[in-house]
Order: sequence, then structure tokens, then C-alpha cells
Amino acid sequence: MLIKKEKLSDIKENEITDESVYKQRREFIKKTGILAAISVVPALMVSSCADAAPEQATLTFKKTSHGKDLKPTAIKHVTTYNNFYEFGTSKSSPAIAAQSLKIEPWSITVEGDVKNPGKYNLEDILKKNPLEERIYRFRCVEAWSMVIPWVGFPLADFIKQLEPGSKAKYIEFQTLHDPEQMPGQKSSVLQWPYTEGLRIDEAMHPLVMMATGVFGKSIPKQNGAPIRLVVPWKYGFKNIKSIVKMRFVEQQPKSSWELAAPLEYGFYANVNPKVDHPRWTQSRERIIGSFRRRKTDMFNGYADEVASLYTGVDLKKFF
Amino acid sequence: MFFICLIPFFYMVTQFFADQANPVEYVTRATGDWSLRFLLITLAVTPIRIIYGFGKILRVRRMLGLFAFFYVLTHFMIYAFLDLAYSNDVGFSELASYVYNDIVKRPYITVGFIAFLLLIPLAVTSTNGMMKRLGKKWRSLHKSVYLVAILGVLHYFWLVKKDLTEPVIYASILAGLFAVRLAKKVDWKKLKDAIFTKQSSNEI
Repeated sequence: MLIKKEKLSDIKENEITDESVYKQRREFIKKTGILAAISVVPALMVSSCADAAPEQATLTFKKTSHGKDLKPTAIKHVTTYNNFYEFGTSKSSPAIAAQSLKIEPWSITVEGDVKNPGKYNLEDILKKNPLEERIYRFRCVEAWSMVIPWVGFPLADFIKQLEPGSKAKYIEFQTLHDPEQMPGQKSSVLQWPYTEGLRIDEAMHPLVMMATGVFGKSIPKQNGAPIRLVVPWKYGFKNIKSIVKMRFVEQQPKSSWELAAPLEYGFYANVNPKVDHPRWTQSRERIIGSFRRRKTDMFNGYADEVASLYTGVDLKKFF
Repeated sequence: MFFICLIPFFYMVTQFFADQANPVEYVTRATGDWSLRFLLITLAVTPIRIIYGFGKILRVRRMLGLFAFFYVLTHFMIYAFLDLAYSNDVGFSELASYVYNDIVKRPYITVGFIAFLLLIPLAVTSTNGMMKRLGKKWRSLHKSVYLVAILGVLHYFWLVKKDLTEPVIYASILAGLFAVRLAKKVDWKKLKDAIFTKQSSNEI
């Protein structure tokens, strides 16, 4: 008994002095026989889940310098800790329930003020838009964060191919609406289809990506297969998944979360440590896979690139 | 029984170290869940006795109540020391101001904290000696556990993002338990007579 107690206190000190918490935890579990024995059961459960998950196809893409100094979150956490209410409201359910989604064939319908509207097959879009990898920080409105190596293409390139007109002030995005494939849509927890929007100049910003992959492979269904939006300076819920429609419109679209709770979730949803969510602080964030929090940066650390989009905008009012 | 009540605690400990995506959030939620569950289980003792006349169950009520307090206390300690202090690199001197700010600013924390405070005197006065010393007052003091349960469920309602399913389940169970108690208090015969006489007078 004494030996076990000593080790428990050991690890506490280690955690305070050392940064690589993740590795220590593994070591700690290995060292303490009792805990290891008990944790065998959940560990087996996790590994069997991972085995059941389908193999993701390897993608061809160009590496870029975006986020080369960032350390990606463990792939296991990125693919099992998801908010995707179409497949249930718990973090763990999308990884299982999303496997019912059919992603082939897939197309995006383009409507509104563009020269080239129509239904675009994903394959055709990808032929014109070569893939590249960018490592971005990802900050959820629930005050947790990850670092994710996305594979995708700049949304701006695709928008240019569509040739928007002068009335296209905003883009509205929609997720697939099919309760048979997306069982979470049978509940009215949010207004379906999941809808998001960007101002056209935000959408044209070079940081914005349409992602079809993570960690060098095609994107898992729970992460928004086959194609999703990535806007790294905005809260996670703006990064709409499994997109089937893009409308180029004059009026500011209403996003699903805005409709659900207008006082808590705004249209802009820029990561902003100075504007708290009414029920929790946004000044700090939990780092996924760790016991620690870190300070949240203005625009999620992309202020140099994007702050100019919001000159003269009262970010407290337009949160 | 004692060890059964500790199973959730040990399970949480192993899960905490089992390479969780968000370990601190996990233990905060898990201890919160078990606090509510033990509160409801404790409050279910009297209704079970009313319905099944199973008197022996009264003996375990104190232990169940103390376990509810144990999980609430763990929940609070994790929130204050692990989540606020350790995760944020806050020293002890600053911790008090962090906790204070949270309690003042965030209604769900205010409510949860009040529930925690209200439980402390109940845990302290749970001994036989205290029971004897307080006499009749003990009963009325311990009735505040109803308020604690209501505040606990409210605390949960206020913190969820959108999906209210689980808070609604807890609230319904609590309402059910209150209903059984109320039903016991109502003098059915008197009520029946009252209705009956009223009806018959209507007929005339």
C-alpha cells in the first residue's frame, strides 16, 4: 500500500514540473501495476473501436509551412472527441454513429448570385483544386482546443471558379439533411439542415480551407466527410461539416447555433478571449489530451492575418 | 454496500488516467453525475419505504447521504483545485478570487455552490450524537436536502449547451420522488369524502 501511495504523489510532482503530460501519463499507467490492471478493460474497448473504424485512404497533397511549429493533437482524440449533433449530442457518439453516412457519390449544389451555379461532383471540384496540408489550431466555443493537420484546398480558389456577382455579399453553407443517414436529425435539438455563413471577404481569405482530409488521409466521417469548412480564427461550430450546398446571397444568413441561442452564439463567432460566453470564460482553453489549459489568443492566434477584416467592427456587439 | 458506493469513484480514477481527450472535464462531469445520482438515491429511501414497506432500508440512508456529500465534495475540489488552480496555473492566493468571480458571475456555479454549502451542516450533524442533541430540530434541518436536490438539478439545467435530455431525466425522477411523499401526506379518505359529498350536493 505504501509503495502505491508514493507513486501517486510522484506523478503529481512530475505533472507540475514537466510539460509532456501525455507521455508521463502513459508511463505512470505502466509503472503502477494496479491501475494498469484496472485500465485494461477500457483500453481494450478503445482498441477494438479503433479496429472497427474503416481505413482511411491516403491522399496526395503538397506540404506547406502553415503551423509547422505546432504539435498536432493525438489522432485518436481528433477522431473520437467530436461535436457533430447530426450523430448525437455526446462527444463519443459521432465516431460510431457517423459510419452510417454515405459519402459516395457526393456533390455540392451552388446557388445564388454566381455566374456558374449548378451541382458540382466532388471529384470534379477536386480535379480543379489540388490538395495541400496545413496545420491549424482548432478552438471550440466550449473552451477546449486541438491542433489539426488538415488536408484541403483554399476556399477562395473554388469561389473564383464560380465567379460570384456583386450581390453575393455572404455565402450560406448547408450540411446534408437526411435523418435516415443522420439519426441525430430526428431530434429537434438544432434546426436542420445545419446552416452556417461567412461574409464573402471572410470566405475569400487565404486561410480558409475546404478540407477533405486529416493527418494525411481522407477525412473520417465523424470529422465531416467528405468535405468540410475550416476557418481557423473562428469557433469550431462555424467549421460546417459534410457540406452539400453553398448559396451566394445578399442578406446575412442565420446560422443554426445563432437560431438556437442568439444570446450565446453570434454570426461572427470569432475566437475572442475578451468576449466571454454568457456561461463560461473564453479567456482560457483546455488542451485536448492534457490536464492543462492555455491562454486563448485573439482570433485564435491568427490576428496578424485576419484582424484587418474587422477594422471598425465592435467585436463585443458582433460576437 | 460501502464498497459498491465507491465503485464509481475508482472507475473515475482509472478513466482519468486512461488517456482521455479531456480528462479534467471528464472527472468534473462524472463526479457531478454521481453527486446527483446519490442525492436522488438517498431521497428514494423514504418513497421505497412508503410503497414497499421495506423498513430495513432506512439503515443505509445515512451512508447514502454521506456518499452524496462525498461526491459533491470531490466535485467541488476537482473544480477548484484541478480545473481552476492546476489547469490554469493559478496559485493559492489567486484561487479564492477565481472561485469568487465564478460564483458571482455564473448562475449555475452560484446555485451549485449554495447546494454544496447547504450539504455541509447535514453531513456534520449526521452522527448519532448530533441527532440526539438536536432532537426535533434535526428533522427540520435535514429537510433542507430537498432544496439541495432542487438546486443540484437546476445547476445541471443551467450548464448544458443545448441537449436537455439528462437534466430532464433527473428533474422527473426528483418530481416523482416528491410526488410519492405528497401522496403519502394527503388523507385520501378525507379527499374522497369531500369530492363525494360535493358531487352529491351537485346532484341535488
